[in-house]
Amino acid sequence: MLSVSCLSALLLHTLERRMADAGNKESAPIGGDEFTNTELENNKNNTMVEEGSTLLRRMEISVAEAEKRTGKNTVNMQEIFTVYLIETRPIDAITEGHNPAPDSLWRRYSEFEILRNYLLVTYPFIVVPPLPEKRAEFVWHKLSADNMDPDFVERRRVGLENFLLRVASHSVLSNDKILYHFLTEEHRWKEVVYETGFQAKADSRIKALSATFRVKNPDKRFTEMKHYSDELQSLTSQLLRVRARVADRLYGVYKVHGNYGRVFSEWSALEKEMGDGLQSAGHHMDAYAASVDDMLEEEEHYADQLKEYLFYAEALRAVCRKHELTQYELETASSDLISKKQQREELATGMVRTFSFKGMTNKLFGQETPEQREAKLSLLEEQIVQGEETVTEKTVECEEYVKGAWVDMQRFKEQKDRDLREALIGYAVMQISMCKKGIQVWTNAKECFHKM
Amino acid sequence: MSRTIDAVVSPTQTNTIPADISGQMLDLDEDDDLEVFSKDLTLADGNMFNASMPTSPGSMVNQCKFEEDEESDSKDIFITVDNPESHVTAIETFITYRVLTKTTRSEFDNSEYEVRRRYQDFLWLKGKLEDAHSTLIVHPLPEKFVVKGMVERFNGDFIETRRKALHKFLNRIADHPILSCSEDFKVFLSAQAWELTTYKKQGPGFLSRMGETVRAVANSVRGVKNRPEEFTAIQEYVEDFSNKIGSLDKVTQRIVKEQKEYLEELKEYGPTYTLWSGSEEELAEQLKGVAGCIERCCKETEEQVGHLSDTLVPVLHEYVLCAETLKAVLRRRDNIQAEFEAKNEALATKKVDRDAESSDLGFVWGSLLGKNPEEARHQRQERLDGEIEELKEEIDKLEDRVEWANNALKGDWGRWQRSMRGDLKSAFLSTAEKNVDYYEKCSGVRFLSLPPIVLP
Repeated sequence: MLSVSCLSALLLHTLERRMADAGNKESAPIGGDEFTNTELENNKNNTMVEEGSTLLRRMEISVAEAEKRTGKNTVNMQEIFTVYLIETRPIDAITEGHNPAPDSLWRRYSEFEILRNYLLVTYPFIVVPPLPEKRAEFVWHKLSADNMDPDFVERRRVGLENFLLRVASHSVLSNDKILYHFLTEEHRWKEVVYETGFQAKADSRIKALSATFRVKNPDKRFTEMKHYSDELQSLTSQLLRVRARVADRLYGVYKVHGNYGRVFSEWSALEKEMGDGLQSAGHHMDAYAASVDDMLEEEEHYADQLKEYLFYAEALRAVCRKHELTQYELETASSDLISKKQQREELATGMVRTFSFKGMTNKLFGQETPEQREAKLSLLEEQIVQGEETVTEKTVECEEYVKGAWVDMQRFKEQKDRDLREALIGYAVMQISMCKKGIQVWTNAKECFHKM
Repeated sequence: MSRTIDAVVSPTQTNTIPADISGQMLDLDEDDDLEVFSKDLTLADGNMFNASMPTSPGSMVNQCKFEEDEESDSKDIFITVDNPESHVTAIETFITYRVLTKTTRSEFDNSEYEVRRRYQDFLWLKGKLEDAHSTLIVHPLPEKFVVKGMVERFNGDFIETRRKALHKFLNRIADHPILSCSEDFKVFLSAQAWELTTYKKQGPGFLSRMGETVRAVANSVRGVKNRPEEFTAIQEYVEDFSNKIGSLDKVTQRIVKEQKEYLEELKEYGPTYTLWSGSEEELAEQLKGVAGCIERCCKETEEQVGHLSDTLVPVLHEYVLCAETLKAVLRRRDNIQAEFEAKNEALATKKVDRDAESSDLGFVWGSLLGKNPEEARHQRQERLDGEIEELKEEIDKLEDRVEWANNALKGDWGRWQRSMRGDLKSAFLSTAEKNVDYYEKCSGVRFLSLPPIVLP
């Protein structure tokens, strides 16, 4: 039976081979030596380097640290917030054997949000990687929902780095200039990004996403994908909720055993023959109770991996909705064009096909003069020409959107299957490790009871 | 070690002073085993419970070996308690247990007895043994009433727990060098139902026992003056032990509760993976695998909780009751000594009385009645001398009684400590073993769920 460390090593090796197979000759270097083995593993798990990726090939990126700052917020009140240190290094320099100091700048969470909103608006056909959660959700009782909690901050740091690595390794997103500025220019970046005018588009995007409209002929594949994204969202959130409850209960079980430690120790003072055995058994019970904290903290990492896909589901849904929107706009433009052509026909032939108030008033108050009719006709002709242009544009837009989105959704699907597969394996490995610790503690306790 | 009966038989066999009167007073109410019943039990035709325990001598030896390490080679009496049955009469419904005895002891006429006893009968036996041997440590009986939280499924589990405890009770008595020789014990094991009822009616009547209990209360209020150091040490130990074992009992019950709540959540967890697998293609197998794992772990957890409830919880609870028994035994010993001390004081007072000059009052009375003062004084002295002699006799008896009580307790104390160590050690060991087994099974299950990893 393989030991846990053996399994982890195998895991790591398999992942490296997979990345090599993907055609990218370079592995994705992650960061400084301060990363633990687990973090390295985890980051590799999370960030499969894509074929033909660009930015990440040129640049090493990491979110190295987190710090607290104070400052004034928008309503001029004092607030405390956390900033994260982004470090970058050119890969050429590293492969050439130099070891330059990294360039670095500080960013806070809200700036990441701005970047992501910009990407969402600029590349609506891409399933944009999500940010780590804004507030701690699915907490079990030990973790406070406090954003200042050091464990939460640390997990957020990892999540933000993960976000950057995913974006920087995406074949389309990684080429974006704004992204590059985000990583390299601390102070002017905000002005630059607002200058793109994305904010206005972001507002209308949100409106559009929540609007209700009926699409007549959506691409069936997108409808299915949207359905899937809804399922993914509800399934993962249910799973996360139950997992948190299970963790909470498990915590209770372990911690109550700590009472054994206390009572055994007190009792051992009373007994002559049993004293030693009881005393040492008590220590093991204390160790057992204490072991649950680390175990559950590690499990949080698994939860984070699931959460990423919970949030990804939302991004996937948005891509499908955007298709529906573009399709709807095309359909609207088409039907507008058809009705305008109909109107022209009616005007030209004098036949009224459809009911209209104009028609009625004409009947009641007499027909228009020939000059009026001519004016109307030429207006209609203009509108029809515009309309045909619009329809052509929209058709192209739709087709291109479908093409681009479908490619990225396929990419996303493969990434998801890979990542979740590894996450589930990692989870099993974690559980096995937990069981091994349990075996050890109780075997030790057994020895002590023997001595009683 | 052969089972020789101590030549010293308690001088107070028939004239006992029960120290703990509350049990006596309340014993009038007969519905101890009625607690168990609710109307919708399907017990009408009896015999619905566990099958009888094996009765071959070989298996009985194994069973007894498990219970008592010492003296198992020379066991000459085997007792089992099994086969609970319900009995319905016009007035009440109650449960009886089969008590099966196999013995080679000479004081028994037969070598095998099979009788049915109800909880009340066990209570009676315990009372008689404590009366006869007030400073010996009698193993506790399971409680009369259902303690909240201890019993969940009212029916089968409660009866089974009680049955096991009654079985242990009788076997502990059978192992005790002095208690097992008790006539009451013999009658309990061998008499048919009507014989037992008749036998129970003998012995000191209720009213005479009332008088004794009043005296006992009086004595205990007075308190003991010169308790030997070793008994004070034992009392302090018992106080502390009682606290510790009570805490352990509570902690263990809490663990059972938490573990059960964990199990409930776990049962909902597996299905979320199954549900998800329905929406996936590539991941479906793996997700189903995880669900399967969790289900298996649920089963293991259920077993582990069951083991805890069957093995550790009852033993800890027994020793909580033991602690109370010990406190009662120490009190009774104290009372015996207190009575002795009281009589001694009375003697001293009488002596002072006798040796003192005639009191004025006595002289005055005497002269009023026309008695010769010398004569009066002489008569008085004679009377007091007589009383003093009587007192001295009583005191001798009481002194013997104190010595016997102390020795009995000292002897039994060592015995009890050894049993306690053995019982608790084996219960904790068993728990630790089960926990190791639990984690081994769970980790095995998880390991098998991992997809085959391509080896380099």
